[in-house]
Amino acid sequence: MNQKTDLPQGTLDLLILKIAALGPVHGYAIAQRLEQVSKYVVQVPQGSLYPALHRLENRGLLAGDWKETETGREAKFYRLTRKGRAELETEAASWERLTQAIGLILGLSDGGAE
Amino acid sequence: MNWWHRLLHRNKMEEQLDKELQFHLEHHEAELISAGASPAEARRRARLTLGGPEQVKEECRGARGTLWIEDAWQDLRYALRTLRQKPGFAAVALLTLGLGIGATTLMFTLVNGVLLKPLPYPEPDQLVVVHGKTAEWNAELFGAQNVAYADFLDCQRASRSLDVAAVLFNGGTLSEPGEPEYVDFREISPELFSVLRIPLLHGRAFTPEEDKIGGSPVAILGYGFWQRHFAGSTDALGSSLTLDGKRYSIVGIAKEGFLLFGQEADLYTPVGQDSARFLRNRVAHPMRVVARLRPGSTLAQAQAEFSLLGRQLAEAYKDSNAGRTFVVQSFRPDVGDVRPILWLLLGAVGLVLLIACANVASLLLARAVSRERELAMRVALGATRGRLVRQCLTESAVLGLAGGALGVFVASFGVRPFVTFWPGALPRAEEVQFDWHVLLFAGAVSILSGLFFGLAPALRAPFKNLQQTLRAGMRSIAGGSRRLHGIFVISEIALAIILLVSAGMLGRTLLYLSSLDPGVDIHNVLVTRMALSPATLADPAKTRAAWKDVLGRARRLPGVQSIATVDTFPMREGDNEEAYSTTADMPPANKLPFALLTNASPDYLKVMGIPLRRGRFFDDHDDLTNTQVVVIDEVLAQNAFGKEDPVGKRLWIPEMGYASNVFEIIGVVGHVRQWGLGGDDQAKVRAQIYYPFSQLPDSLVRRWSELMSIAVRTGTSPLSLVAPLRGELKGASNDQVLYEVHTMEQLADDSLAQQRFLLLLFGIFAALALGLACIGIYGVLAYLTNRRIPEIGVRIALGARPADVIWLVLRQSLGMILVGVALGSAAALGAAQVLRNLVQGMQSTSAVAFAVTIPILVFAAMFASFLPARRASRLDPVTALRQD
Repeated sequence: MNQKTDLPQGTLDLLILKIAALGPVHGYAIAQRLEQVSKYVVQVPQGSLYPALHRLENRGLLAGDWKETETGREAKFYRLTRKGRAELETEAASWERLTQAIGLILGLSDGGAE
Repeated sequence: MNWWHRLLHRNKMEEQLDKELQFHLEHHEAELISAGASPAEARRRARLTLGGPEQVKEECRGARGTLWIEDAWQDLRYALRTLRQKPGFAAVALLTLGLGIGATTLMFTLVNGVLLKPLPYPEPDQLVVVHGKTAEWNAELFGAQNVAYADFLDCQRASRSLDVAAVLFNGGTLSEPGEPEYVDFREISPELFSVLRIPLLHGRAFTPEEDKIGGSPVAILGYGFWQRHFAGSTDALGSSLTLDGKRYSIVGIAKEGFLLFGQEADLYTPVGQDSARFLRNRVAHPMRVVARLRPGSTLAQAQAEFSLLGRQLAEAYKDSNAGRTFVVQSFRPDVGDVRPILWLLLGAVGLVLLIACANVASLLLARAVSRERELAMRVALGATRGRLVRQCLTESAVLGLAGGALGVFVASFGVRPFVTFWPGALPRAEEVQFDWHVLLFAGAVSILSGLFFGLAPALRAPFKNLQQTLRAGMRSIAGGSRRLHGIFVISEIALAIILLVSAGMLGRTLLYLSSLDPGVDIHNVLVTRMALSPATLADPAKTRAAWKDVLGRARRLPGVQSIATVDTFPMREGDNEEAYSTTADMPPANKLPFALLTNASPDYLKVMGIPLRRGRFFDDHDDLTNTQVVVIDEVLAQNAFGKEDPVGKRLWIPEMGYASNVFEIIGVVGHVRQWGLGGDDQAKVRAQIYYPFSQLPDSLVRRWSELMSIAVRTGTSPLSLVAPLRGELKGASNDQVLYEVHTMEQLADDSLAQQRFLLLLFGIFAALALGLACIGIYGVLAYLTNRRIPEIGVRIALGARPADVIWLVLRQSLGMILVGVALGSAAALGAAQVLRNLVQGMQSTSAVAFAVTIPILVFAAMFASFLPARRASRLDPVTALRQD
């Protein structure tokens, strides 16, 4: 499947939070995981990844710590803060509702009446 | 981490950001290489996926939320750097702004202190004054009416909304401690200090028991008096002083700088002890009443209450109070005619500041145009328009604030000398201080000026046709800015014209007024108030004898040519105005014309050198046994009798307080400019009546003698006679004093002080404006001519002579100058109208003021533009054509 779509507005933050919820992770790993998770369907503009990370850190949803990786290099690991977890839950729930609603509408049969 | 934390650790954060992105790139590369890409290819692809590292970084910085501060900081350093690069430009701009903002700040300091600050008492907005009001009272002529003491006492007792206190202005002779001297004192009701909420420095206020007839005589000292007579020692408390022959013991000392109605009194005594008759009836209205609103009451309630009290008093005392009521007003500082003058001056310096701003704006614009390519480069490198505008505005704000700081510095040193320099005494001068209002004003003016002169260059920042700008040589981009420059030059000239013409008109007015005949011979005349020995004042016969003795003794002094007693004399404050009629059946009092009354002794005419037109002046035969006589001046003769001869006719003066109010006119004398050289022509009351001291009824002798002056014509310098006169006239008991000593020359001079002061200031402003405008024109033309060097080179190469080139440049500036002159002249007509309303004796707008000042400006402006023109005419065409 070669066709890629852009991420809907605001979903990048949600995805980053979700990935960070699985455990502390550095920027490059997030980028990789995003691509894996979305099975190459979603084009993640890497250029906007880091500004998004910094923005989330700034809002106190992520916290950054400098740690050593398995390879012995220093990298900045992002983890979810408590505030971030709460944000993730509300955002995920609202995403859920939104997709359901859209799914419902798209699932309607043509013509409406029997 | 909060934002200032992030700001402080900026460098560390930059480092980390770098490291983070580096880490990302390296990992990506490693992965690509392990997938089989060549290292070079891997690096290329990794970078491509991430995007431009600088852009990513900038976005990350933006995400931090501190970018604007960092930018501002960066802009600030950049601005300082560029200013340092061009020290000449920076110096001119800073000086210009410093002068403009400094002058404006100085004037605002005065406006703030004199006009805007509240009265220096705690909670000043609760303070009110109470005036009397009747239909007959001519408030326009005499100011607000005071209140009768008995009325005050009744109101004070009855009022629920106000705490009321009253003050009586008085003066007297202090005979001990020290040499006898005249003192200025206030008789006050005991509540005065508590109503104003001003505690005494030492001692206590008066008690209600002391505020009664027969109460023990007590006094409170003014701070200045205490310092002079007791050197600030608290031993003063409990000691005594003798005022008008009565011993008072000192119970209190007022605080330093305690002023009431703008004056510091020497002494305070309880008004209730004073048995003077005018305090015991309701016909005289001597008390000034101040009051404080009680908690919960409003001005409207107080007004309603006092209207009611007025009606009740009018019912109860029909003879004295019919038709009389009270007005309650907020207590505001009385600054007289200084208010419009201060605003006028603030407006004038505002014009200077505008010129300064226009000047700096055109300098900045010239620089902005030459920096166009630099700015275009910045846009190409990714700067947004907003960012560039912000950068330019930061530069001008830096200039503005630096100029403002310089200005505040200038003003802080200038304000004291300026206040001292003010003609007469500036009211509330003690309030003129630098405070945070002034600093706020200076800061706001600086930033506004910065925005004002920075906006045009900032908005010019190139954004369209980038490539063209980058590629173009200097020569192709001058077009658009020429019009903007023209606007600056035109407005500078127009503003300078307003100030120049105003100064010209003031100068002409001053010349005209100085040439006027004051109506008296002002040379070698000494005038001074004199207080007789208090012991003689009780008895009218003794008082008359005492004055006769004074005149006789003084006349014998060497150097004294003639001497007279007089109650009011020209060009000094203090006058007596009464209504008069030429018929016995008089119209109502408020329909009658008024005249200035002067009480004088027979030699007055000789002393003052006033010409006698008809009849005779008084002599020693005009005494109580003979017909009551008056002498009138030409103005009254003309007003009342036209072409008829007034001598032998009669005048009725209803409020004289004489047994009979009819007087025979025995002579006509020349008009005297009572109101000063500048003020007399517009004065409301100009007609004059002289009446002899020798016919003053006994009942008035004391009051008149308390305010009497003597006028002396001298053969030598008048001031050299002051000491001999003092010695000769101090009286048997050494308690007669001369005070407020002047020469008539001084008084005539002082009567034009305001006009002279304004002329001087407007002269300075106009000179500043002229100088600034010339610098501006020079700068703009030098710049514009520089822009045209290649073109001029071509012209010279094609055979243009130097004169042609000079004319080419001058023509350009002449256009701007003429438009500026036209606009400025129109505005100057408006300014002239303002001046005429504000300045006494201001002459109507004359063509002369324009005809003299405009050529000065045009000439100066042409000279300023001639310099660049001449430089252009001497161009070597070869070099010129090679210039980019």
